[in-house]
Amino acid sequence: MPNLDAAFSALADPTRRAILARLALGETTVMELAEPFEMTQPAISRHLKVLEGAGLILRRVEGTKRPCRLAPAAVNEIDQWLAMLRQALSANYNRLDDVLAAMKTEE
Amino acid sequence: MSKMTLKTEGDTHVVVTRHFAAAPEAVYRAHTEPALIQKWLLGPDGWTMPVCINEARPGGKIRYEWTNGEGAGFYVTGEFLELVPFSRLVHVERMHMPDATPDNHVETTFAPDGTGTLMTMRMTLPDAATRAAMLSTGMEHGMEASYVRLETTLDASPALNH
Repeated sequence: MPNLDAAFSALADPTRRAILARLALGETTVMELAEPFEMTQPAISRHLKVLEGAGLILRRVEGTKRPCRLAPAAVNEIDQWLAMLRQALSANYNRLDDVLAAMKTEE
Repeated sequence: MSKMTLKTEGDTHVVVTRHFAAAPEAVYRAHTEPALIQKWLLGPDGWTMPVCINEARPGGKIRYEWTNGEGAGFYVTGEFLELVPFSRLVHVERMHMPDATPDNHVETTFAPDGTGTLMTMRMTLPDAATRAAMLSTGMEHGMEASYVRLETTLDASPALNH
């Protein structure tokens, strides 16, 4: 099981969420990750260390490279994102119910 | 009571459905008239939409700006592609945070459902990574309240404020 506090902190950073989104497409090397984010490899490596510590990614050794991929816990996190979006949208639509009720009264 | 459904479909779609106890005309108007939109399309408590441009005609512009009154904010721009009063809206939109996200193509339909309306919103993102990034943004807003509570323990990265 991943450390929940560590996962929460890890996901508080937009770059780290973007890295997870990229890894959702498949295993990637640090070099491939650094390019679209316009960040140095050491900066990306620091983010990866946080994600790894939180149990969200797995890394293996392949020569001098250490390709990374999503851990099962991260897949669950992405499901969590859906739940959060659901919550935010629900709040909007509950407000819309009130707006519609007020429109009816005005008729 | 959970009246809303939200699910992913294939690699690039997100589909939301919701029933409303009002006629399709009223629900459609609440999606196209700025004075009405500003009352509900707000996200977490405390956020407002001071700027709401919604030119409900083909090619018409959309611009929504949100703020939490404490310096944080972001905006969405878009264009209408197709409108069928009071049953169908098709538009594209992108979020600016401040960099623009890839276009989200959104088809919203309003169908009579008993005495009310069934709204179905079908979003199409360019690829799986963009969809995952969009979902994570939803998480960010859903987590606002938690952030306030936990902010002292979070890494106050300057990147979060830009």
